[in-house]
Amino acid sequence: MNKSTIALIVLVIGLILLPFIQDSRSILILMTQIFILGVFAMSYNLLLGYTGIISFGHAMFFGIGAYSIGLIMRYYEPTYLYFLFAVVTTLILTAIVSYLVGLLTLRLHSHFFAMFTFAIAGLFLVAAEKWRSLTLGNDGITFKIPDFFKDRVIFYLLSLGLLVLAYLFFRRFTQSPFGKVLQAIRENEKRVESLGYRVFHYKIIANVISGMIAGLAGIFYAVSLRFVNTSVFSTEITLDALMMTIIGGVGTLFGPILGSAIVQFAQYSLMDLAKVHWIFERWVILFGIIYIVVVMFFPSGIVGTVKTWFTRRNKQILGKKKPEGKKSMESSKADAMKNILKGEVDG
Amino acid sequence: MDTIIETINVTKSFDGHEAVSDVSLKVSKNELKSIIGPNGAGKTTLFNLLSGQLKPTAGEVLLSGEHVTSLSPTYRTRKGIGRSFQITNVFPNLTCFENVRLAVQSKEGVYYNMLSHFTSHKKINDLAHEVLSTVLLDSKAEELAKNLAHGEQRKLEIAMLLALDTEVLLLDEPTAGMSIEEVPKILEVIKQIKETQNRTILLIEHKMDMVLDLSDSITVMFNGALLADGKPEEIMANEQVQTAYLGGLYNESS
Ligand SMILES: Nc1ncnc2c1ncn2[C@@H]1O[C@H](COP(=O)(O)OP(=O)(O)O)[C@@H](O)[C@H]1O
Ligand SMILES: [Mg+2]
Repeated sequence: MNKSTIALIVLVIGLILLPFIQDSRSILILMTQIFILGVFAMSYNLLLGYTGIISFGHAMFFGIGAYSIGLIMRYYEPTYLYFLFAVVTTLILTAIVSYLVGLLTLRLHSHFFAMFTFAIAGLFLVAAEKWRSLTLGNDGITFKIPDFFKDRVIFYLLSLGLLVLAYLFFRRFTQSPFGKVLQAIRENEKRVESLGYRVFHYKIIANVISGMIAGLAGIFYAVSLRFVNTSVFSTEITLDALMMTIIGGVGTLFGPILGSAIVQFAQYSLMDLAKVHWIFERWVILFGIIYIVVVMFFPSGIVGTVKTWFTRRNKQILGKKKPEGKKSMESSKADAMKNILKGEVDG
Repeated sequence: MDTIIETINVTKSFDGHEAVSDVSLKVSKNELKSIIGPNGAGKTTLFNLLSGQLKPTAGEVLLSGEHVTSLSPTYRTRKGIGRSFQITNVFPNLTCFENVRLAVQSKEGVYYNMLSHFTSHKKINDLAHEVLSTVLLDSKAEELAKNLAHGEQRKLEIAMLLALDTEVLLLDEPTAGMSIEEVPKILEVIKQIKETQNRTILLIEHKMDMVLDLSDSITVMFNGALLADGKPEEIMANEQVQTAYLGGLYNESS
């Protein structure tokens, strides 16, 4: 077992104990949100960081999950059976939608793909707004949930469990033969084709897996609020995932989780500071600035940058015994990402 | 001898300019055919037509008698036409080993395995290391492809083709940019593959002297057209080739 695995296990144990050590309700809720949006950002990172697909419509899967649970709990009954039914519904719906969206758009040039996903997510938003009889539009609906999930500590632990499972899944997945092909697609799609892989299939499968996991995050999000409105389909949700992924470290496993923590901790503390000065109310502006600074000076995000530092240090210590280990690889993924974001990859 | 690759009157034009014009070519099984010609003669374009990167404006491409003209590169590779690229075309942010391993993985038909760790496929890893050492790159296995010197990237490019282990190998100027000492070694590797594994090899070379004793036959291209096709001695003796290619232009363009 290597050091980083041990560090992660210690971290998880610490997080499990946290609710029993301190009893601030708001911290517990904040941590729960970090876990949930961390899962959402990880699902986004599978597309952006590991496959090189830029989507501006990821919120649609999040929203499908949130509305599935919300509507089923409200219009049927808040029982475990219906809860399970909502989870299954979400998985099926997100799978179908992500498959169809992928089928329609993944053959397009990446810019057009980004635009189409943006438009389709917009359609979901409009639909949720217009179908007022069901959704009450932007006012949203409140709903009841099975008692078990109402306990903040239990729900905190469940969210942590989801995060850990998602992390373990992605860790395995990105190191699998399939995951390696995805990374190759990010690097050089044409060459993957000429090696005999059906690139389109890989992109669709990545899109479906990413969409389904985003849907699960959406369920947890809605359950944590016991409320859902049209904002779950909004572009801000997608941008949150994008920002968390890039700040934390695109194409790294832990980056999106760290990004989620940073973005939400910052939002949380800035809310308090808003009393001090109005500028802190405009956290979007501040985040815009942080975001630009990160992209300019730490293009590989926090995790990527730290990894590069460690590699350099290890190299000096080892006297260049092992040239360019696996660690610096992660950071150069970010170079590729920068290119993708600049739209130079398909050229 | 059996024909494995055949083109029937293939033409490829870019905005009216015919990069390949009306080329009919037959390649026999297990032969090593070199394609020579000055820069811009259409050699790479012909390869693109054979491997599916480009679709011909007119004409047909056949593999073992079967029409493959409309097949995508993916399927042509699966059917047995592998290629390397003149302009190095690897995965820059993956290690050398991973670059080659992806080719072996495809050859072994491990396409959609999502849950096993890639290192658990021992056979694939062993094969990848084997190919890397064939092209003298084993010491660079863990190096990122983008950090390799140009000549090393060329070797990686060849390694990826060898790893695919296809029936037909299309090599586009494999030794261009390699250090002078390494060129004979790589040519030797190519010869070995042909002899020990019964492969059909098409080799584009800019410099004819390099391939004279390696090739079973030589095709000369000039301005998109097929100028001559025959045994190396015949080509050497061919007057048209002498004047058009070996005489003036060859020296200018090399
Ligand atoms: N994708 C392309 N678009 C336009 N012209 C091209 C393209 N590819 C090749 N050509 C032109 O076709 C001709 C043949 O090029 P090429 O096949 O690369 O020659 P060679 O490999 O023999 O040096 C050249 O004039 C080149 O400019
Ligand atoms: Mg060429």
